[in-house]
Amino acid sequence: MEKLFGKDLAVTAYKARLLAVEAVHRAASGHPGGSLSCVDALTVLYFNEMNVDPHNPNWEDRDRFVLSKGHCAPALYAVLAMQGFFPVEDLQLLRSIKAHLSGHPDMRNVPGVDMSTGSLGQGLSAAVGMALSAKITGKLWRTYAICGDGELAEGQIWEAMMAAAKWKLDNLCAFIDVNGLQIDGATKDVMPTEPLDKKLEAFNWHVVKIDGHDFSQILAALAEARKTKGKPTAILMATVKGKGVSFMENQAGWHGKAPNADEFAIAKAELESKIKELEGK
Amino acid sequence: MAGKIATRAAYGKALVEFAEQYPELMVLDADLAMATQTKDFRAAYPQRFFDCGIAENNMVGIAAGMAASGLKPFTNTFAIFAAGRSYEQIRNSVAYPHLNVKVVGSHGGISVGEDGATHQCTEDLALMRQIPGMTVVCPCDGHEMRLAVEALLNYEGPAYLRLARSATDIFTDELEGYKFELGKGVTIADGKDVTVIATGIMVGMARQAREILAKEGISARVIDMHTIKPLDEELVLKAARETGTIVTSEEASVLGGLGGAVAELLAENCPVPVVRHGVNDTFGRSGTAAAVLEYYGLTPEGIAEKCRKAVSMKK
Repeated sequence: MEKLFGKDLAVTAYKARLLAVEAVHRAASGHPGGSLSCVDALTVLYFNEMNVDPHNPNWEDRDRFVLSKGHCAPALYAVLAMQGFFPVEDLQLLRSIKAHLSGHPDMRNVPGVDMSTGSLGQGLSAAVGMALSAKITGKLWRTYAICGDGELAEGQIWEAMMAAAKWKLDNLCAFIDVNGLQIDGATKDVMPTEPLDKKLEAFNWHVVKIDGHDFSQILAALAEARKTKGKPTAILMATVKGKGVSFMENQAGWHGKAPNADEFAIAKAELESKIKELEGK
Repeated sequence: MAGKIATRAAYGKALVEFAEQYPELMVLDADLAMATQTKDFRAAYPQRFFDCGIAENNMVGIAAGMAASGLKPFTNTFAIFAAGRSYEQIRNSVAYPHLNVKVVGSHGGISVGEDGATHQCTEDLALMRQIPGMTVVCPCDGHEMRLAVEALLNYEGPAYLRLARSATDIFTDELEGYKFELGKGVTIADGKDVTVIATGIMVGMARQAREILAKEGISARVIDMHTIKPLDEELVLKAARETGTIVTSEEASVLGGLGGAVAELLAENCPVPVVRHGVNDTFGRSGTAAAVLEYYGLTPEGIAEKCRKAVSMKK
């Protein structure tokens, strides 16, 4: 698998944005806001960091990924499709009774999905189980996860954090998508998580704080995670919910709402313009 | 074999016995290794034992991740915390992706005794049975438990295994032609007037009830239904047709467990009187195991009484 860097990652991420927003528009339901905030990290994972084989999605020695914030499936599906796990055209059937792309990630029906998620708070535990399995069996593959900041209100996340530190899972790296918004409003109002870095450090995780839309920072954080021994790494990425679509940015209302035809037309124009700009056309 | 052993103790021995043969077997516990009897496995295979602390939901999730990575994890805690607290984790992280996790609920039912209602799980059989693709197993004695563990190690998929706290008689080892197969009930005594379909520790009591009834001229068949799901429908229907009435008996709520499964099947396919014996839509209470069982009528005489009613309903 050829690794992408720099501008190519950005172009790919913006193309994935367009595919994800289009899929949600066609489905007339889904979660665009959080999909757009974590898609840059997903793009780096699947186009640079992770050792995977789209032609052999269940390859035993592949790196694993768990989307603990499973409602951001549109972004994951878009990235998987672009990477070749299944045809990009399938994205048009997101959430359709006719297709295999369920509303939340389904490991039994979507090639490339390593864990079924959607019920918040549960994915990180499965990622811990995977990382632990690699340690038990002496395998070198790594496990990655993305959690939402709103998701951190779930107690099970902190159970998983403790367990990962207990077993010194330095083969586990979890992104926290700190977009600061959730369904009911600002995370700081719904259930404050700060000071998140201090909390995670107190849970014996190695913590890296980055701008989640800066590709060089994402790459550097992942490299730092790989070098960190004896403890798992949390990458706290500051992100913009709805990133890339002007009217969705920083709006809690776009957490779980599909754009109508007019709105999608605006989103499409904005994303296509950005892609052109990045491609230097 | 004969003698007495709690099914939880037989389970703990079986884990150790099968450890070498099944190197993928991993044992997870939630700070109850003494009670759940995983302590011997912990001592013998410390590298394959994972104490998750008092955090059952995370334990289930870790097991899901292990199963997704090709291991065979068995999670262990009390039934109330396994099937109760972690219900949704089992449903969404284990059963929905049909992962090979064995959720073991020890201290099932009211024979937990002294700890009282907070620790007496009577809902687990119904809760677990509701989940698509789950296998639900509740062995009746130590001999059957060992065979159940072996069968579950060879079964690829999610399952719930219920263990009992208190020691009970071992008898299935002395039954002629006894064979353990997941999803297949065992007719352990024949009869023509009524069939008692029992699970777990109630099977032994059903055998005693059969003797009580025999003295009254009532001939009772006794079926050991160790697997509540998938239910051995053929065996239940045959019993309904041949004996004309059914009593179900379980150390669990009469709502939705074995009684529910049997009643649902018969109502739609062979409507004969069905009388459910178990805990009647109520919480348990403290007391010795024997006293609590007696208080709620989970006794051989309790089963016999339900059988008299069932026979009287036949017309």
